[in-house]
Amino acid sequence: MLHIVACIKQVPDTKVAKINPKTNTIDRASAPAILNPYDAHAVEEAVRLKKRYGGVVSVLTMGPPPAVKAIRKCIELGADEGYMISDRAFAGADTLATSYALAKALEQIAKQRPIDLIICGKMTIDGDTGQVGPGIARRLDIPPLTGVNKVVEINKEKGYAIVHRKLEDGYEVVKSTLPCLFTVEKEINDISFAPLPNMIKAARYYPTIWTANDLENVDRKQLGLKGSPTIVSKIWTPPKPKGGEMLEGTTEEKVEQLLSIVLEKKELFQS
Amino acid sequence: MPEKFDCIVVGAGPAGTACAYELAKAGVNVLLLERGEYPGSKNVMGGVLYRKMMEDIIPEFYKEAPLERPIVEQRFMLMDKESAVTFSYKGLEWGREPYNNFTVLRAKFDQWFAEKAVEQGALLVCETVALECIVENGRVVGVRTDRPDGEVYADVVVLADGVNSLLAKQLGFHREWRPDEVALATMEILKLDKKVIEERFNLEPGQGCTIELLGDATKGILGTGFLYTNKDTLSIGVGTLLSGLIKHKIKPYELLEYVKNHPMIRPYLQGSEPVEYLAHLIPEGGYHSMPKVVGDGVLVVGDAAQLVNAIHREGSNMAMTSGRLAAETIIMAKTYNDFSESMLDHYRLKLMESFIVQDLKKYKDATHHFDAFPQYFERYIPLLNRAASHMFTVDGASKWEKQRKIWRDLGSMKEKLKLARDVFKAWEVMK
Amino acid sequence: MNLADYQGIWVYIEVKDGKVAPVSLELLGAGRKLADKRGTELGGVLIGSGIKELAPTLFAYGADVVYVYDDPIFAHYRTEPYMRALLHCCQKYKPEVLLYGATPTGKDLASAIATDLPTGLTADTTILDIEEDTGLLLASRPAFGGNIMATILCKKYRPQMATVRPKVMKALPPDPTRTGRIVEERIELREEEMRTKVLEVVRQTVKKARIDEADIVVAGGKGMGSKEGFQLIHELADVLGAAVGASRDVVEAGWIDHHHQVGQTGVTVTPKIYFAIGISGAIQHIVGMQNSELIIAINKDPNAPIFQSCHYGIVGDALEIVPLLIKRFKEEIPKLKASADAKEEIRHA
Ligand SMILES: Cc1cc2nc3c(=O)[nH]c(=O)nc-3n(C[C@H](O)[C@H](O)[C@H](O)COP(=O)(O)OP(=O)(O)OC[C@H]3O[C@@H](n4cnc5c(N)ncnc54)[C@H](O)[C@@H]3O)c2cc1C
Ligand SMILES: Cc1cc2nc3c(=O)[nH]c(=O)nc-3n(C[C@H](O)[C@H](O)[C@H](O)COP(=O)(O)OP(=O)(O)OC[C@H]3O[C@@H](n4cnc5c(N)ncnc54)[C@H](O)[C@@H]3O)c2cc1C
Ligand SMILES: Nc1ncnc2c1ncn2[C@@H]1O[C@H](COP(=O)(O)O)[C@@H](O)[C@H]1O
Repeated sequence: MLHIVACIKQVPDTKVAKINPKTNTIDRASAPAILNPYDAHAVEEAVRLKKRYGGVVSVLTMGPPPAVKAIRKCIELGADEGYMISDRAFAGADTLATSYALAKALEQIAKQRPIDLIICGKMTIDGDTGQVGPGIARRLDIPPLTGVNKVVEINKEKGYAIVHRKLEDGYEVVKSTLPCLFTVEKEINDISFAPLPNMIKAARYYPTIWTANDLENVDRKQLGLKGSPTIVSKIWTPPKPKGGEMLEGTTEEKVEQLLSIVLEKKELFQS
Repeated sequence: MPEKFDCIVVGAGPAGTACAYELAKAGVNVLLLERGEYPGSKNVMGGVLYRKMMEDIIPEFYKEAPLERPIVEQRFMLMDKESAVTFSYKGLEWGREPYNNFTVLRAKFDQWFAEKAVEQGALLVCETVALECIVENGRVVGVRTDRPDGEVYADVVVLADGVNSLLAKQLGFHREWRPDEVALATMEILKLDKKVIEERFNLEPGQGCTIELLGDATKGILGTGFLYTNKDTLSIGVGTLLSGLIKHKIKPYELLEYVKNHPMIRPYLQGSEPVEYLAHLIPEGGYHSMPKVVGDGVLVVGDAAQLVNAIHREGSNMAMTSGRLAAETIIMAKTYNDFSESMLDHYRLKLMESFIVQDLKKYKDATHHFDAFPQYFERYIPLLNRAASHMFTVDGASKWEKQRKIWRDLGSMKEKLKLARDVFKAWEVMK
Repeated sequence: MNLADYQGIWVYIEVKDGKVAPVSLELLGAGRKLADKRGTELGGVLIGSGIKELAPTLFAYGADVVYVYDDPIFAHYRTEPYMRALLHCCQKYKPEVLLYGATPTGKDLASAIATDLPTGLTADTTILDIEEDTGLLLASRPAFGGNIMATILCKKYRPQMATVRPKVMKALPPDPTRTGRIVEERIELREEEMRTKVLEVVRQTVKKARIDEADIVVAGGKGMGSKEGFQLIHELADVLGAAVGASRDVVEAGWIDHHHQVGQTGVTVTPKIYFAIGISGAIQHIVGMQNSELIIAINKDPNAPIFQSCHYGIVGDALEIVPLLIKRFKEEIPKLKASADAKEEIRHA
């Protein structure tokens, strides 16, 4: 019986989000909150491994109360349990403080049911760093395996996992001891269409919610804004480029002009 | 084992949500199925929501619901190519409690309303399409969805799946709608600064105005256009019977472009930016097209039951009321544990007694009449515009002379008689 | 923590197939500027097996000092041993700034180190600067899907760390006469204690020119209308001997594999010629191709933002223009080749 925990985050859909030009912040009203798309793949992989080897999938998120919705989405995808840590003390966390809080929550979860494997998304579309996953692994002192695009084998009895890690020009096959942490690429799986019973279960589901006080041995100095070494000092809109020269004339004329511009670089075509 | 609920409601529009809300409030175990990503995500409406029918469900909803503007003025423009005769009513009593109606954006409103139903205990499942009713021994006992393991059962199923109601059609409750029974409406939401809207439409901050557009707005095809004020957007659209579009071989978006560029309308829209383009059918068959609305273990509400008053652009109110009446019937049926057609028929009787069927009856021949006699839109509205132009142009001719000219403009004696007859007939179908 | 104890600008040197990765050379270029402004040394940290001889290359590209950890245990990149070595180096020599390429390896290593030191880490930086007197690193990066830029500081912790996007910074022209100090270091690591093992490395050679190495990239967007329409992009690329690129929407529509995606969440390319055809020019796309030498845009919307970011633009229907281009290039390119061959022969003669 494997216990796999996927770390997930609710994020504003940056694809449709608009930026408030006055404050340079994201206009929350314009951006529906969604489950971070990369994390959906993390949950999907956890559920597939559960189907392959048997076990339990939990999901964990740190976020404001509406993030319950993101947990419900994971229940739809087939997760069994949801945990959420939510407290003003966590607000303003950068990746270092986030991985600290999540690691503490994972320790708490592990007390109820030891964890064999943690899966994170490649990155979030709002934070966009990919740093939280490896950060959690370091804090729990387990091996981080980033860029996983295939899980070859998990062997709980012998205590190892074999995966493919994506490289720029191929992949490497890596064997790691368990427990360990994966961050997964989108291509690792296709999200399956959730069955109706999961949808109904999710609509009813209410996760376990912990505040900072519910976590044990927490050093409050390491939480939230206080525990974050990085600060955003300035936000600005990148200046608009000047724009290029427009070719005029009939279609044929435009094509001829373009031809001569391109063929000027003749060295590219002579080899 | 598939789950069994007391009731499944298909479709989280105003009809379905109203029904689910009332049921959940009464402690009925109800599943609300919606195919959209969230309720309202794909729903379309010009945007006038009536206060009364909504308050029958949630009193004082306007204190928290995401509404755009309370309407204080309703204008009607009878348009020709370069002119319009406009009449309007503006009443400040509409600008304060208890209000008359509001503009809404359905994507926001439906979502809020569904959340209210969930608060009452309804179970909302989105992104799930009901494919068909499960029928056993002639009784509807559940719904089959597009998801794996997608069957779910209930004592009674409410079809609130909107104008096309595939589910009611599969049950044989109605046939394919004819092109003269449904209107195709296209609309755009245009972004415009709050202050500009208020200046342009002569409004106090926060108040709203609706303009119905008749005549050249639809190039004379039977239908209407509308221009409504929202908080910081405008809704502009046109809806015409499908039959009219087919006959005139015109594409709906061309009509929308036409009205947006109409010289009577363009100045209202200047400087606005489109943020959304929407299209939807409106059931306009009215009383004559009402399908069967009850069966063993099943009820049909809202647009699915063709409950729209096309003349007064009322639909959402009828949807909500029908949803509420369906809920009342189901609650009663539950006490007797009898969900047969004869028990559920109480719903149909309630509908008949309510303003819904009364209004549908009143206008039962109106759409057909105007559809059959295109001269109203094609000829009389321009005529009215010319008359107004003659009368109000000061060019030295005496008013007597002007009246004579208008009289002549009405055509031969035969045409005049026909006009008189048409006016009488229009009165007949509308009265 | 006494901030004044920390000195020097460092670059983590990534090694690939026995060579210094291009991004590390770019970072030496950027780091050199920071070090000069701050009046301090530029260091490189070189970890690997049999990599000592790469040090002169680093000097040539601007490094003053190179810290070397050369041991068979470092044969393949693995987080654990690399992290131990780099932590050791940081703790011993206390750099003020430490930069990594925002590559899979760079990001992996940087995230782990940041947690253990601990210190702040800014991801995917595209603009770097430093305050001369305080040594505060100003690391700027696109945020919220590239819609805005954010400058991120790390005031109270050292070293200040950032990963930097490949192909954004410029390497200096190499100066083979430059030399510097080599500091050789060792740490005690035993293979038996390592929790991960690399069993196999599989290179997947792509048949066509790799998109991030190609001289010409022909990229198509949603404007091609359909998967069939997108075939025209392939055809044009074939004629030009170019690689095929795509916008994200095209990848999501399933018209082409995601390896071809150009932009913020795809690859960054800097070819000699970049064609953007039927691509609207969303900022997330632009950041992946804006440094191309010559950018040509074809779009039927005269107001498409792509025209703001191109050198030459054509307003028109791609489905009409691209076939014409294919036809004309098919005619002209062989002529160019022939004339080149002719010249060659004349030279020989
Ligand atoms: C352009 C336009 C302007 C209008 N203007 C007004 C106006 O100003 N005032 C007014 O009162 N009325 C107006 N109406 C009419 C009004 O919108 C409708 O009468 C009203 O929305 C009907 O509500 P309903 O709940 O019956 O249907 P809908 O609002 O259509 O809701 C049906 C719901 O069912 C869901 N659904 C459908 N099929 C399935 C399925 N198989 N499985 C699961 N879910 C399904 C849909 O996604 C939808 O959420 C307008 C309509 C249009 C098109
Ligand atoms: C976090 C985040 C990361 C992202 N990362 C990336 C990324 O890495 N790469 C990327 O590309 N995008 C990325 N995007 C998506 C990006 O915002 C755009 O949605 C995407 O680039 C749009 O693709 P497109 O230009 O092909 O499509 P569209 O925006 O739909 O543009 C199609 C264009 O084709 C033109 N056109 C239509 N028909 C024709 C015709 N017949 N002839 C000529 N022109 C025609 C249209 O005028 C239009 O300009 C990202 C978004 C987010 C939020
Ligand atoms: N607030 C959070 N709660 C839970 N998991 C998170 C949170 N933030 C980040 N993660 C995980 O860390 C991964 C990388 O995030 P990031 O470093 O923000 O790009 C995500 O894909 C998640 O798996």
